[in-house]
Amino acid sequence: MSRPLDKRLPAFRTHGLTKVYGEGPSAVHALRGVSVEIPAGELVVLLGPSGSGKSTLLNILGGLDQPSEGRVHFFDQDLTAKDEDSLTRYRRHHVGFVFQFYNLMPSLTARENVELVTEIAENPMNAAEALSIVGLGKRLDHFPSELSGGEQQRVAIARAIAKQPTVLFCDEPTGALDSETGRAVLRVLQDVNRKLDTTVMIVTHAAATAAMAHRIIRFADGDIRDIEQNPQVKEAEEIQW
Amino acid sequence: MKPLDSKLGRDLWRVKGQALAIVLVIAFGVMMMVMMDGLVNSLGETKRTYYERYRLADLFAPVKRSPRHVLDEIVELPGISAVQGRINGAALISLPDQAVPVRAQAVSLPEFGSPRLNDFYLASGRPLNPSHRDEILLLEAFAHAHNLQPGDSLSATMNGARRRFHIVGLAQAPEFLYTTAPGELVPDDARFAVIWMNEEALAAAFDMDGAFNEALISLARDARPQAVIDSLDRLLAPYGATGAYGLEDHLSDRFISEEIAGLRVSSRTVPPIFLSVAAFLLYIVISRMVQAEREQIGLLKAFGYTSLEVGLHYFKFVLVIALTGALLGCALGMLAGRGLSGFYQLYYKFPFLLFRVDPAAFVTGFTVSVLTASAGGVLVLRRVFALTPADAMRPPTPPNFSQTISFGPGLRKWLDQPTRMVLRNMIRQPLRGLLAILGIALGMALSVAMLSLMSAFDRTLDLSFGVLDRSDVTVTFVEPLGDKTLFALKRMKGVIEVEPFRTVAAVMHNGRQHYRGAVTALTEKPRLFRALDSSLQAIPLPENGIVLSTALAGELDLKAGQKMILDVREGRRPTLEVSVAGLADTLMGAPAYMQLETLNRLMKEPNRVSGAYLRIDSSQGQQLYRRLKDMPVVAGVSLQQDSRRAFKKVMDTGAGAMRYVMALIAAVITFGIVYNSARIAFAERARDLASLRVIGLTRTETGFVLLGELGLITLLALPLGAALGYYFSLAVAAGFSTDLYRVPTEFSPASYGTAALAVLLAATLSGALVKRDINRLDLVSALKTRE
Repeated sequence: MSRPLDKRLPAFRTHGLTKVYGEGPSAVHALRGVSVEIPAGELVVLLGPSGSGKSTLLNILGGLDQPSEGRVHFFDQDLTAKDEDSLTRYRRHHVGFVFQFYNLMPSLTARENVELVTEIAENPMNAAEALSIVGLGKRLDHFPSELSGGEQQRVAIARAIAKQPTVLFCDEPTGALDSETGRAVLRVLQDVNRKLDTTVMIVTHAAATAAMAHRIIRFADGDIRDIEQNPQVKEAEEIQW
Repeated sequence: MKPLDSKLGRDLWRVKGQALAIVLVIAFGVMMMVMMDGLVNSLGETKRTYYERYRLADLFAPVKRSPRHVLDEIVELPGISAVQGRINGAALISLPDQAVPVRAQAVSLPEFGSPRLNDFYLASGRPLNPSHRDEILLLEAFAHAHNLQPGDSLSATMNGARRRFHIVGLAQAPEFLYTTAPGELVPDDARFAVIWMNEEALAAAFDMDGAFNEALISLARDARPQAVIDSLDRLLAPYGATGAYGLEDHLSDRFISEEIAGLRVSSRTVPPIFLSVAAFLLYIVISRMVQAEREQIGLLKAFGYTSLEVGLHYFKFVLVIALTGALLGCALGMLAGRGLSGFYQLYYKFPFLLFRVDPAAFVTGFTVSVLTASAGGVLVLRRVFALTPADAMRPPTPPNFSQTISFGPGLRKWLDQPTRMVLRNMIRQPLRGLLAILGIALGMALSVAMLSLMSAFDRTLDLSFGVLDRSDVTVTFVEPLGDKTLFALKRMKGVIEVEPFRTVAAVMHNGRQHYRGAVTALTEKPRLFRALDSSLQAIPLPENGIVLSTALAGELDLKAGQKMILDVREGRRPTLEVSVAGLADTLMGAPAYMQLETLNRLMKEPNRVSGAYLRIDSSQGQQLYRRLKDMPVVAGVSLQQDSRRAFKKVMDTGAGAMRYVMALIAAVITFGIVYNSARIAFAERARDLASLRVIGLTRTETGFVLLGELGLITLLALPLGAALGYYFSLAVAAGFSTDLYRVPTEFSPASYGTAALAVLLAATLSGALVKRDINRLDLVSALKTRE
């Protein structure tokens, strides 16, 4: 078991985070010294044009990538000091991911896709329970090929939340969905944030999504342009785009 | 450069590791073909040219003693273009460092000029000086085996008299490519010598003044050999002719022709197996590689490229790989063929080598590789073209697994998710799985066949020298002697057991089939040298009739119980009708066995023996050999360990040596197949694997999803590979069997075990290489790529 987290601390603290791809004149600066704090239990939306660095930040916070410079703390743990195996353990026990293209295993049913995670997590919920949270309680034994895009995305969310993650990262979770299905997916993410007290970070192009966030972080050119607190959080159903 | 061509170059670079593996596999298949073809053609061509250049005779007519003027009568016979008379004599060479005397054949050379027929090649030293009677030329191979050089001298016993000779030159000749002492089966450079001498000197030694005892004949272009042989036999009968025979019955030519024929058969059976396996692999790999390009093909079409343009683009992709493989294969085949030919040149003692590859081998190699590669590409492209460009632009639909298995609650407890993924993947694409299994099985089958071949060669040795021939020493007499000599042998210190034998030269006939060989006569129930049946039980020799080796029975088309004609070429030279009493299973040569008493009775020469097999006390060996050497009646002494060594050398350096090369190639192809299967599976699943890593599965757990499948495929391939290997080994054994030795086709469990281990090793190594790629998976980019 990993040791308990000190929930009084912010979920993430970054300091001078830089990410450079490539070398010399062709080098691309994806992040240019980002310092930010993400309080635990919030729903945060990251906005910004393509290439502004929001996905890069998400990947680093999610333990998929290491920064070129700077430090990242997850509660009291220094992610930048972790090796590959510790990062795997970090993802395994604390992090849920939802991708634009779902990334379900085509050879596993909805239930089995979720079980893939519950089998290895420390404190998982039942796979069927996770699927009923996302409204798929009746489609447990369907393969991804038998599900619509929205349903597949909800399975992906169920898979991400089944381990009861500390943080949930969503990279364009509604990007491949129509607006009605997209709202249903956002509803689920809002529920997870509220009921499971999971810190949720959503990267999106859809500015309207920001209305349901506690905090909105706007990116431009590899750095944070501004951070906005949202005193009037809207329900997912109220969002229009 | 057109953008599509740039894409081609970069795509090839991207898959370079895998492309290289395919190139190597196809190259090895083609190389095998070109190499074997080049080798066989070169040896055949070199032999033909060597014979022609040194005027090797077409017919050989041995007589006891004939006056030289008969040669003028011979040349008058129809169908003869040239004749040369010479003197042949047996000699025993004593070498200071050898306890056992070495048998030799002394051959006369005309006093002036080179012989009209059967010329020799002077490798070093100078020709004979006609005025020096003690000068000789020595067979180069023998000289090398004993470290003798021009300037050295040696002593030899001829016709009972011992003399010293000066070696002035070392020579080779097409009629002595293979030298075997009479009665021995296996050529051995060290144990048989040829010496060339001035005719006058040799005539004096053998009392042949104004006479010859062998006529060499070259045939006119339109001559009928059998008619010439018949008229020669009639003409020479008064002079003790033992029967003229053609070059094809000459020992050296028979041996080398058999070896080349054996190589030719292997070159026609084995490389096609290799090439088809390589072609099959190429097909699997190419089709899967093109399949993986599905989305790019859709996009190109969306940009407005026609199906033809896109098709050509991928065809070029396939073609580059196939042609590189074929080209590399041809180059390697030429190199290896030339290298091997050089090696065989030394072995066959050709003074020169004509390296020649039939262009057809290149054409076949290229055609097969390009066609199979194209077939792999075209079949897949057709399916991909059915896709509209829009399909490629949309998010991918997950492949449908609903028709696979939904493991029941019982099974679920046992199978975790990764295992289910492995199983469902296999079940969803059974054809792909089957092809991969078949590919690995074929690779293993190649290895099984080559390893079985290796163990079959060892088995031949063990059977021939451990079970069939259990003697330590074989003593041959200068001529058939009365059996009282046996008592003398028995009394010698160190001799434990003596068993007599008689060998007579004979031509065996059945209708139009004939075989020029010898009959070995043994005691009724021999213990040291035996005829064995297929279950290795000794066959008691019957009072009447003859026991043929299966090889000989095959040659003569005879079955047990049938009658045959035995034309004995010794003593009274009777022509006998005997019935085939049984068949003996031998792996070496084509012997025939009779009971000693029966043969002597039929020959009307009671109690004659031509030699004996001895079992000896090995601690007395050296003294015993020395005493045997001093017995005037002893023509030769051969030790079983020498024969065994000589035979092993023949198998290791002759046609049999090819098995090592082939085993190596089989191993490379097996590895290529396994590695490619793993690589392709990785390329196809990279995105899934990255997703698994992202959601928190460790590298090992992720690796299992991919390598579990590889493991399962490998395990399933093992039994199939063993079964296919059995049939491959039958084909290969048949391809490697020659007149000199038959390769047994029995099941050798060790070969199957080793081949299975090799496959598992290849799988482990491939797995490790792919695992390294899994460890290095770029999690971020893998998530962004669509299928």
